[in-house]
Amino acid sequence: MIKDLVTPENANVFVGKLGDILEKAIDKPLGYAINWGRIWSLWPVHIETACCSVEFGAASSPRYDVERFGIIEAFGSLRQCDLVVVQGTITRKMAPRLRLVYDQMPEPKYVIAMGACAITGGLYFDSYNVLPGIDGVIPVDVYVPGCPPRPETLIQGCMLLQEKIKRMKARKFV
Amino acid sequence: MHAASGEDQEDEGQEVCMMSSDTATTAEKKPVAKAPPPKPAAKKPEPEPVELPVFEKGISDKIVEKFGDKIEVAFVKEDRVRINVGKEDVHDVAEFVRDELSYDHVESVSGVDYPQDNEIEVVYHIGSYSDSSLARQVLVLATRAQRETNPIPGNDATKLPTLRDVFYSVEFHEREIFEMFGVFFEGHPDNRRLLLPEDWADLPPLRKDFAIKGR
Amino acid sequence: MTNELPPGLALQKVDERIMTLNVGPQHPGSGHMRIIVQIDGDYIVACDPDPGYVHRGEEKMAEYRNYITNIPHLERPVIHDSCNVLYPYVLGAEELLGIEVPERAKYVRVIASELNRCIYIMYWLAIYGIFLGHSTMFMWPAGDRELLIDLMEKMTGARVTHAHFVPGGVRNDLPPNFEDVCLRQVNYFEKRIKEYAAVFYDNPILIARTQDTGVLSRQDAIRYGTTGSVLRASGVDYDLRKKEPYDVYDELDIHTNVMKEGDSYARSRIPWLDMIESCNIIRQALQKMPKSGSVRTKLKPNPKGKGLDSVYKRVESGRGSLGCYIVSDGKPEPYRVKLSVPSFRNLIALPNLLRGEKLGNMPSVYWSLNYWPVEADR
Repeated sequence: MIKDLVTPENANVFVGKLGDILEKAIDKPLGYAINWGRIWSLWPVHIETACCSVEFGAASSPRYDVERFGIIEAFGSLRQCDLVVVQGTITRKMAPRLRLVYDQMPEPKYVIAMGACAITGGLYFDSYNVLPGIDGVIPVDVYVPGCPPRPETLIQGCMLLQEKIKRMKARKFV
Repeated sequence: MHAASGEDQEDEGQEVCMMSSDTATTAEKKPVAKAPPPKPAAKKPEPEPVELPVFEKGISDKIVEKFGDKIEVAFVKEDRVRINVGKEDVHDVAEFVRDELSYDHVESVSGVDYPQDNEIEVVYHIGSYSDSSLARQVLVLATRAQRETNPIPGNDATKLPTLRDVFYSVEFHEREIFEMFGVFFEGHPDNRRLLLPEDWADLPPLRKDFAIKGR
Repeated sequence: MTNELPPGLALQKVDERIMTLNVGPQHPGSGHMRIIVQIDGDYIVACDPDPGYVHRGEEKMAEYRNYITNIPHLERPVIHDSCNVLYPYVLGAEELLGIEVPERAKYVRVIASELNRCIYIMYWLAIYGIFLGHSTMFMWPAGDRELLIDLMEKMTGARVTHAHFVPGGVRNDLPPNFEDVCLRQVNYFEKRIKEYAAVFYDNPILIARTQDTGVLSRQDAIRYGTTGSVLRASGVDYDLRKKEPYDVYDELDIHTNVMKEGDSYARSRIPWLDMIESCNIIRQALQKMPKSGSVRTKLKPNPKGKGLDSVYKRVESGRGSLGCYIVSDGKPEPYRVKLSVPSFRNLIALPNLLRGEKLGNMPSVYWSLNYWPVEADR
């Protein structure tokens, strides 16, 4: 019966519909499992933008050890990363590079804006070379305030992101 | 601590105030030997003359002896000697300082914008590693370039001779001054942009007429 | 992606043989800067450092703020060495504004800046370890520097950005019982960093990777105007704490560490020796410090300079001599503030050191220059 309905002209429509049906079927039972997997293996990309990288480094140190929450140390290859932690000020020279890095990462990807400079420009609100926040460049999931934020604050921000991923729809990216 | 001016015959060129508004414009024309500068000390609070440090005085004397009225000793303080020089002679003075006085590197090159004088000052802070008696000393060599109201960096009159062939260490410093003030260094091999974004099309940002937003 | 790349992102092709590589700003071995290297096979033939990714216009902003409100943002270039980066500015402002500093405050400053120097070098060492793929050397210093960060937190109230030095002294007096805690922590810290020799500095793999790479001769070190550990690793005995003592450094017994080799190994060893020396200085300062007294001269609100004046002060920071040139025109705001930072001065050695090296040696040479990109860009 289905064979009669599918013709070369409307095959695309059918495949699309089938994808929708599959996504819906997967999302309910498997969405939780997919998100659970994403939560505990967030790989931040190794892009340091300003001085908050000191506290990001401290968060990976033995005392704070962000790895026990499933945030792995900063990693070199963009193709395997799914988290951008924007570590501080984004200048006008850095902004196109940040966008390039973000564009090259595969879906799903999440962004944490760390520090006052990444949120509003912070102390450098009137500087000629600093962007007033990174929201204009890439979409932000979690804002972590502080100048610089303590490692505990960064860890809390990461846990907030995990909470957020848990409630996201998994099928958007399937 | 200020140098007292007109104390004896050799330091007539010294002024109490380092940068009265007309020092650099008259630096080349003013015959130092016969006309002591008008003493602004009439309104200075400390009346007693300050004894100049001997070693630093010796350094400035050597330079004065060589160049005479082409240069002007702005101040002699403890560990710091400041020489103002016109842009024609800055290269010669730098070579003399390197070869005869064994200063060997430039620590810092700063630009200072003076829109009221229509000039941009470039200040070299020169130090020495190889001569241990000069380890505390910093020789401040200041020169001034003409300032344009509408700058076209690289293509206007704001030019200075480079010191890169005398002191290799000024290479990146002079590149920074070029982009921050628009002072083109003639003879510099690599006058490209360094710190600013590649698409910067505004005024050079450290000039006084470049106002930052909201201020 | 369109064919038209933004200016500065496209790389030009040089030759059939020579390839242009773009290391950074997103690269595990570059930090916040870009190094454009041209390689022939495995060897670097030319290198063009491209800093400026964190250029935030600190010097322009300083012209719009008065001498006191300049303090927080002028320490941001090196937040883990924030006391030292602020030190020359504070010394210069004191001379311009004509302020005397109490004796106890000078000792507190010395202790704070030496602690900060250790904190900076520990972070630098951690990154050096991870650059060379030595993960233990990331974990040990990153964990041990928290000891000193705790001390600084007790002293100033903040983990890294202290804003502790003000013209006229320091912001707060030491907390009660600080001397004992500091002595205990510093003694333990010294014992701990001496263990690094076994795992890092005597490690044959590290020695094989860093010895005889990036050799900077004594003449070149002087000619390039390098400073700090880079200079002292090339055999020049120059330390401003000894040559031009500021505050109370002339009352303390300081030993300068010098090595003759001038290679990456010497450049990585000197900061570690400096840390041991810093522990000695802290112990001496704790002993000689007046036990009580004021730590801060009260300032008038909105202090002004006396008139047209300029001052150039320099201190020895964790990376080398750090100068600050302040021009005042008698207004509450400085007319011009220029930071002459050691990272920017050491950067000129990088193209000359990398020429002829193997590409794999680039991280070890680059980070051994004690370079912190945020500071170089200001």
